[in-house]
Order: sequence, then structure tokens, then C-alpha cells
Amino acid sequence: MTEALLAFWDGAFGSAFAFWSATLVRATPLLLVGVALALAFRAGVLNIGAEGQLVVGAVAAAVVALAGASLPSVLLIPAMVLAGALGGAVWAGIAAWLRQRYGVLEVISTIMLNFVAAALISWVVRGPLQEPTKVYPMSLTFAEAARWPFLLSGQRLHLGFLLGVLVAMLAWYVLTHAAAGFRVRAAGAGPRAAESAGGIGVRGLTSRVFVLSGAIAGVAGASEVGGVTWALYEGISPGYGYTGIAVALLARLDPRWVVVTAVFFGALEAGGASMQRIAGVPAVSVQIVTACTLLGVLALGRWQRTRRSAASA
Amino acid sequence: MLELALVPFLEAAVRTATPLAFAALGELVVERSGTINLGLEGMIIAGCVGGAAAATWGGAGAGYLGAAAAGLAMALLFALFVVRLGTDQIITGTALTVLGLGVSGTWFHLAPASLGAGTAFPTTGAVALPLLSELPLVGRVLFTQAVPTYALLVAVPVLAWWMARTHAGLALRAVGESPEATAAAGLAPSRIRTVAICFGGVMGGLCGGTLVLAQVGAFNEGMSAGRGFIAIAIVVLGRWTPWGTAGAALVFGAAFALQYLVQSLGLDLPYQLFLATPYVLTLLLLASLRGRARAPAHLGRADAA
Repeated sequence: MTEALLAFWDGAFGSAFAFWSATLVRATPLLLVGVALALAFRAGVLNIGAEGQLVVGAVAAAVVALAGASLPSVLLIPAMVLAGALGGAVWAGIAAWLRQRYGVLEVISTIMLNFVAAALISWVVRGPLQEPTKVYPMSLTFAEAARWPFLLSGQRLHLGFLLGVLVAMLAWYVLTHAAAGFRVRAAGAGPRAAESAGGIGVRGLTSRVFVLSGAIAGVAGASEVGGVTWALYEGISPGYGYTGIAVALLARLDPRWVVVTAVFFGALEAGGASMQRIAGVPAVSVQIVTACTLLGVLALGRWQRTRRSAASA
Repeated sequence: MLELALVPFLEAAVRTATPLAFAALGELVVERSGTINLGLEGMIIAGCVGGAAAATWGGAGAGYLGAAAAGLAMALLFALFVVRLGTDQIITGTALTVLGLGVSGTWFHLAPASLGAGTAFPTTGAVALPLLSELPLVGRVLFTQAVPTYALLVAVPVLAWWMARTHAGLALRAVGESPEATAAAGLAPSRIRTVAICFGGVMGGLCGGTLVLAQVGAFNEGMSAGRGFIAIAIVVLGRWTPWGTAGAALVFGAAFALQYLVQSLGLDLPYQLFLATPYVLTLLLLASLRGRARAPAHLGRADAA
């Protein structure tokens, strides 16, 4: 037990390398996915499909990285970001279209699309994008030009983290200071009132936020292949799309706080991986901590509501 | 040729539909009480673990009991949060699914061999029913199956009768439509809802137990493979009725079994196509049902406790 906890600490915070190269690198996809989900949830869209959107974003970015290997980095890396965003947007767009056109609950459709995305990446790394020797289920390793720059010398922290922080700040600004953000919050808080009293086209608005949310989750996929793995693998995400739900909720859907909670869950992932390496405790046990955190937040929120109503009574 | 391919296909369809039908019938009752249980996936994987562990210890019969108990334990936790604390059902359910996958994955890695993780243990195979199994086509397809399938052949008509004709069944449907009216009629909505959630947990656990004990014969990490979410879709496709739900489960069983049919016909297609088929089919069917299915009016709303 002690050994496992020490391994956990070493892996998450124990050294400069653990923090900058393990914790923050794992926080990066969680940060992007967390912002994506915070935006969607704020608009009343229950997007449970960040996992699939991330995977499709990773596939799209990998296609661009492999096809554009001869381009210089200044062109190739932005193209990868765009491809990732486009992939995620298309994947979320399917669910948004099904919701608007056919009234299909996005909770179910996005989960179904997660499984379809898993089948897609499994096929791609054994089919069209497989490395030429056809031995391993993975793509060729990307050319130097497609690898995202590191932010600090000697550390693995990459451009994706900076991108995530910028996206979080932008999302916060728009939500709190721009008219579009007000409409999103109004639509999420009470769709009927927003439609009738506020004159907001709620259906179109929520679809746009849904697609935007998918695009941001897709960038998380691009950031993983471009900044961490430099190749496309089947297991590109150990459930970042699901952990992102906890990241967004713990931050109370505030993009500023998502930066903090993403680092918290990034530390959990990094510590969990080190626990498995050193003490043999399976990394999947981190999911127990994630679940308990979620349940704790739910219970705490309930307790605060009770106190507030008791105080006002 | 067709006979050779068709009978094994239909047989596989019924076999594959069996665990799905358990989970979906449980979810049907839960949703009729006005609750959507997104933690079903977690209850199924808990049932897999409970079934595997109990079967290693006390045989296949104990395995099914263990599976049901594990599902029930998860359901009690879900009811505590959703009914007692009035938390958001979608988020609570998601948390429970993550919890179930985390606990089962940890157990799979830490408790190998001795408790049935990754090893063979007592299972229940197909049992041919006397006389009935000799009927042409239907005999092989319906009456040469494992015991859980027979349990369902009884459970579906009983549940349909219970929901339509009994006082308790009426109370269940009333809670899902209007808890206020039910309370005004002197019934306790929270108690009815708790019982419904527990039933859903037991059925979800049995789904996991059937997977482990009657089909795969081993426990593997993540072997629930999204069946909980498919079961929720099945309830929608079955239009919140027992017969409809059983029928929709069969459609999905057929979608999963499609790969056997294609294999036996000798078509060379990437297997990932068949991995994706049931999920794509769910989306297509849900879209085609537009406006024709009506959910219980109170579904998914937090209790005004």
C-alpha cells in the first residue's frame, strides 16, 4: 500500500520530470476535452461522445501528418490542428444532426458513435494507414516536421498544452463576456424561456455548440498523435473522453477551473501509470478514484443546495 | 446451403440476444418508473465479476446468484444518489459506469487464477428441451439454448402481464408519468422507484452473469462492451413495452450474429465492419422511430425532494 502510494507520488509530482513530462502531458487532452464538454453541458447538450470525437480527430490529424510529411512544420502542424478539429466536428455533427432532425437523444447517439470510432481506428491501423511491413497495428512514425514542438527543453510538455490553455481562456471569455456566450447559457438554463422570451433560436444554437464541442475534442486527438505518440495507435486514448466528463463537472463547467481540474486528473493518470510500473497496481484503478470524485461532487452539490434552501427558508 | 447458414445464424442471434434482453427488460422497468439508468453498463460488468468469482467458489448456480447480487449492490448505490439525494441521473449513471469498469478492471489484474479471472470455471452450456427441441427450425433456434434463455421465455410474458394487469404494474407506470399524481393517490413514488432500480440492477447483473457463465466461459476486462448502452437503446426501440423490448433485443442479437453468417458464406470483409454494425444499426433505428415512440413523461428528471 505504502509502496503504491509512494509510486503514485513519484509518478505525478515526485520530480520536475514527473510534473512537466508526465502530469502535464496527460493533463493536455483532458484540458481540451474538459473545455469541450463544459461548453456542451453549459448549452444543455449532453455530449458523452468526446472519446469518439477525440479518436476521429486523431485519425484525421494522422492522415494529414502522413500525407503532408514533406511540408514544413509551420504549415503541417496548423493543418493537423485543423484536421483534428474537422474530424471531431464531423463526428459530433452526426449526433447533432440526428438530434435536430430526428430527435435522437444525444446521450445514446454519442455513446454509439464512440464504439463506431473505436472500430474505425481499429480498421485504419490494420488497413489503409498500417505501416508498410504490416507487422504492427500502427501507422508509420511521423516525419520530424509533423511532431509538435516541446515547450521546455528536456521536458515532454508540448504545444498542445499551450493550445488547451488558450482555448480554455477563450471559452471563458466568450461565455462570460460575449453575447454568444450569454445565449449559450440561457439556452442551457431554460430552453423554452430562451426561445420565447429571449428570442434565441435554441435548436440551431445548440447544434452549433455541439459541433464546436466536437471540434475541440478532435483537437485533443490531434494533440495526442502530434505531441505524444508521433504515430497512430489503436489505444490512443485510455478513456480521456470519459475522464473529461469528470474534469468538466469538477470544474463546475467553468473553463478557467477546467485548467486546474485537468491537471488534477492528469496527476491521477500519471500517478496511476507509475503505480502500475513500480508497484504492480493496475492503472485502471484510477477510474475508481475518478468515479468516487464524481459521486462526491454530486453529493456535495446536493448538500449545498439543501443548505441554501434551508438558509432562505 | 441456406439452411446450413440460416439455422446457426438464428441460433446465434437468440443466444446473443439473451444477455441484452436481460439488461433491457430491467432498464425498461427502471425507465417506466421515470429514471434513466446510464450506470447499467457498470452493473453489467459488476455482474460479470460477481458471476465469475461466485462460480469459481460455488459452481454455476452460485455464479448466477453472485452476478445478481453484484448488480443489486450497484443499483442500491444508484438509488441512494438518484432517489435519496436527487442527483442528476445522467451524471450519476456515468459515474457508476466508470466505477464498475474501474473496479472490475482492477479485480481482473489483481485477482488472477484463484478467483476465476482469465481462467475457465463452471459454466452452463446449451440444454436441449425434450420434444420442443425436435421441432423443425424453431427447435434448434429457440429450444436448444442455455438456461437463461428459457428463463426469459417465461419472464417476458409474465412481465407484460404484470405491467398491464396488476395493481403494482399500474403503480410503476403511474410513477413514470406523474410522481405527483401517484403521491396524491397515496403511493410512495420514491419507494416504487427504488424497487424498480433494484430490479434493473438484478437484471443487469444477470446480463453479466449470462455473458460469463453461459457464453464466454471466462472473465475479461471490459467484456460488457457497451451492452448497457445498447440495452438503453433497445428500450427506446421497443417503445417501452416488454414484448417490443424483447423483439428489439432479438434484432440486436441478429446484428451481432451477422458476422457468423458472413463467415459461413465465405465473404471476405474486415471484421471491424461487424464490430460497428450493431452501433450503426442503433443509430439508424433510433432515427427511423422519430415521433412514434413516447417516453414516460417524467423520464430523466430529478426528484423534487
